[in-house]
Amino acid sequence: MHDMSAQAHVAHHAPPTSFIRKHIFSIDHKVIGKQYYGLALVAVFVGMVLSWLMRLHLGWTNLAIPGLHWLSSTGAPGNVMTPEYYLQLMTMHGTIMVFFVLTTAPFAAFGNFFLPIQVGAEDMPFPRFNMMSFWVTLVAFLVMISSFFVSDGPTLGGWTQYAPLSAVGSVAGPGQGMGVILWASSIAIFCIGQLLGSLNFITTTLDMRTKGMSLWRLPLSTWGWFITSVMGLTAFAVLMPACILLILDHVAGTSFFVASNLVLNDQLQPHAGGSTLLWQHLFWFFGHPEVYIAIVPGMGIVSHVLTVNMRRPMLSHRVLVYSMGALAVLSYMVYGHHMFVSGMNPISSIVFSFPTLIITIPSTIIVLIWLGSLYGSRLRINSASLFALGMISMFISGGVSGFFLAQPSLDIMLHATYFVVGHFHLVMAVAAIFGIFSGTYFWFPKMFGRMMDERLGKIHFWLTFVGAYCIFMPFHYAGLAGNVRRYQAFVDDYLQPLIPLHRFITVAALATGAAQFIFLYNLIHSRYWGEKAPDNPWQATSLEWATPTTPPPYDNFGGKLPVVYHDPYQYGIEGSTGDYVMQNSPEKIQSVGEEA
Amino acid sequence: MATTVHEPPRIEQQPQPRGVLDSGGGRGNQIPPQGSTRAVQYAPPPASTGIWVGIAAIAMTFAALTSALIVRRGGAADWRHFTIPSILYFNTILLIASSVTLEISRRRVADFMSNAQPKLTNPVRWLHLTLGLGFLFVIGQYIAWRQLSAQGVYLASNPNSSFFYVLTAAHALHVLGGLGGLIRVIRKFGNFSLRRSTLDATSRYWHFMDVLWIYLLLLMWAKL
Amino acid sequence: MAKLFAVTIIVIAILSAIPILQHTWWLPQDISTHGQPIDEQMSETMAEAGISFLASQILLAIFIWKYSKPRPNERIKNFPGGAMGLVIAAFLLVGTEVLALGAFGAKAWANIYLTPPSANAMPIQVQAGQFAFYFRYPGPDGKFGPIHPDMISEANANFMGLDTTHDADSKDDIVTAEMAIPVNREIHLLMHSKDLGHSFYVPELRVHQDFLPGLDLAIHFTATKIGKYEIVCTQLCGLGHYNMKAYLYVMSQEDFDNWLKKEAAMQ
Repeated sequence: MHDMSAQAHVAHHAPPTSFIRKHIFSIDHKVIGKQYYGLALVAVFVGMVLSWLMRLHLGWTNLAIPGLHWLSSTGAPGNVMTPEYYLQLMTMHGTIMVFFVLTTAPFAAFGNFFLPIQVGAEDMPFPRFNMMSFWVTLVAFLVMISSFFVSDGPTLGGWTQYAPLSAVGSVAGPGQGMGVILWASSIAIFCIGQLLGSLNFITTTLDMRTKGMSLWRLPLSTWGWFITSVMGLTAFAVLMPACILLILDHVAGTSFFVASNLVLNDQLQPHAGGSTLLWQHLFWFFGHPEVYIAIVPGMGIVSHVLTVNMRRPMLSHRVLVYSMGALAVLSYMVYGHHMFVSGMNPISSIVFSFPTLIITIPSTIIVLIWLGSLYGSRLRINSASLFALGMISMFISGGVSGFFLAQPSLDIMLHATYFVVGHFHLVMAVAAIFGIFSGTYFWFPKMFGRMMDERLGKIHFWLTFVGAYCIFMPFHYAGLAGNVRRYQAFVDDYLQPLIPLHRFITVAALATGAAQFIFLYNLIHSRYWGEKAPDNPWQATSLEWATPTTPPPYDNFGGKLPVVYHDPYQYGIEGSTGDYVMQNSPEKIQSVGEEA
Repeated sequence: MATTVHEPPRIEQQPQPRGVLDSGGGRGNQIPPQGSTRAVQYAPPPASTGIWVGIAAIAMTFAALTSALIVRRGGAADWRHFTIPSILYFNTILLIASSVTLEISRRRVADFMSNAQPKLTNPVRWLHLTLGLGFLFVIGQYIAWRQLSAQGVYLASNPNSSFFYVLTAAHALHVLGGLGGLIRVIRKFGNFSLRRSTLDATSRYWHFMDVLWIYLLLLMWAKL
Repeated sequence: MAKLFAVTIIVIAILSAIPILQHTWWLPQDISTHGQPIDEQMSETMAEAGISFLASQILLAIFIWKYSKPRPNERIKNFPGGAMGLVIAAFLLVGTEVLALGAFGAKAWANIYLTPPSANAMPIQVQAGQFAFYFRYPGPDGKFGPIHPDMISEANANFMGLDTTHDADSKDDIVTAEMAIPVNREIHLLMHSKDLGHSFYVPELRVHQDFLPGLDLAIHFTATKIGKYEIVCTQLCGLGHYNMKAYLYVMSQEDFDNWLKKEAAMQ
């Protein structure tokens, strides 16, 4: 024992003692993971409140929302939202949710905390980059939020920021000047943060694995983060220069995205020759992988949570990994399906349609493996597994509408309608959020050393599951009837009959949103007053449950890295501790029924 | 009756690695069984993997800019040709020379580490030379921009010049990053804390800057 | 809890399917000659997606119901056929399904977008701008005069920047704020944006095409039913986006000729 403490002294990773180095500018991946989680939590509630305001306005266009003028006196004179303010809130809702919630929470937050532990490392290889990654992301978030406080508010161009609306400046509308510059700066900064994070994730997975941890022995959650980080590395590296070119169109008078001879407000614009489709190509080359950046970590987390709660490994670990990999590879070949009616060559539409349809195959395989693994399992029902199963249901529901949107001929009817909004909310937003919830209920004991309240967790689940369907299923119906998205009011004659449907959605959204405060309460209450968590409350096998203390010590394994002897999910077998054998247990595995 | 759910690996008979995916932990194989972390602290850090990952990301960024250039060029009526300032060719020679000197210093450091060359100053001199050449390259790029703007070719003059400034500036920024890395190497070498892998990673990055520059030069020469 | 969950999933799945089956909210009636393959493709895809949706949700529910019961003496079972069986099933069932959908869909698409307009199609130009559409008919000479962007002026009511004093072709051009077309006559629509990205969407006509600033596109279609329809913008174009619309009147040839005469007189 004396020898051990001597080693702890020479470790270059001596734990910091000052408050600032320990909790704020920390290079500990666990603290960084929690910081990301906190950022995502703040962002998701901001995004949710924005969606409430939008939904209220969509249901009752002239409704005065008390206190709204306090948020923006020009955007909501007399507490009634102006059309431009609706679009500004919508843009911010999309941007904050996609970038600062769906990218940060499942990937950066859980990935940072658990990837190094699951591979058996004492930290990431570049801890300073890791710390920078969080702080850069925080700066990006603050820059994004700051656009609420510039004179004509945040940009109204939608999270896709199509040029030339985004590139001609404030002549195109409120927020299109400074608002866009802040938006593009924030996203470019965000890209830097995610590139630094991806660099760490990839290197950790490839180089920092402990003895015996072959790639096939990595848990599925680690595979999810690893595949995502490869996508992140390539996708954000494309979005960043695109944002810089967009900023240059604003501040330096260049014309990358603005065509010649545009007339706004009877003024001929000085720009010349830019390409309107260039932004769309660059954006969607990032944008489609981004969808998978949001959902693949969720798939990994859900698979990980399910194996523990099914008390069996997945029907095939490898097929699941290959399918997630196939999603990542295909995600780069399909981005054109966002542009079927954009005016690009109609033959390209057909060319992009087939890989898009083919992406159904790996997605189907993933769902079938999940379902096939449920068969014959010993399913435990708890908050974590409920959300994991809910994620499967949401992913199926959101996935099948992909059949329609992959076909250019049907896109004629459905492009830019609420059908698309329903599709991506279910398949990437709600499914990913369910993955985050599942991961939270599952890993909270390890992250904070206390259990979450199961009863509140289940109430939260029921309200969220039923609520999410009530919100997003009707979106599809509205879309089929031709309901165009990004309208602040439905003034068209043919949209009038859909208004009751929108009121129903609004009520469902308010209720489901309110249910999230149960989660917030559970989170905060359990953090301080929850029941103390044992080291391995779920009888799980992977290395995060093999740490000497809970939460794990500064170097994760107390100076002694584990050695891995088994595949990640040794459940449903007879071990000395029960029906499972941990990855780092040297014990020989006997399968059930073999002892005779 | 074997009703195993799936094949559990036996510890006694660890299967021979069949491929990359089946081979053991990354650097984990350097840890003795049930060994302490101390062994790995002296193992090479994963800088070499990290630098390849970084290079991939940078390559992707420039690939995006290249495709933007090609799309923007296609069917643009406002594309104006201009002659690339000839100082760029001189800068190219500077950058290639710096790669050569860096390679020499890398060898010298290796010799130094294996105690063949006891004198510390020798590799440092080559490292300083590399650093100097790198700074000269950046200054040369700056002179090229000045020359162009003196001719009235600005960032916003036409798409051709826009791309010229964007590409060269993005490259110069990355070179500055490499210079920072070199300074770090020299400092670490000075206080005997330099790892071979750090130097190798830095020089790999530096050579990549060369390759990237030559690629950009060809791209601009072909397209501008 | 698990049983309740299983039942909830099935109830939600069935409730979600009812409005689809009943066509409570569905595509508006088709008034185009090219729309039928789209509608058939839509029904076909809906059937296949619906079956996949119901089958997988119900399977999920059954498995949750069945395997969450404590069965202490029962061993873990593998799904019959194992992972390989599922992978093969996915490739065979879903693979052929989506490829078939893709092939038929591509045909429907090519039928619309890869066919040239007929020689006697009637040319109409549409200009999109913040936040209105303008339409231009070439007049008796059948020719459109050029657009001069510097002359576009809402203030002077020169919405499309026509120079009627110098351009002979522009002199008889008729600019309108509403679109009228004769029934059963092919229209060759030339699409021009004066400022930003917009879109031309008429759900009944099964037509949806973005405007590309800097690049004029053309589409063609034939309307088969007389009536009043709405043209709406679907590409976010600024604060008035929701209100950017125009009416499309499909008329008999006779009514159309009268309408055009009246509009010409008002120029």
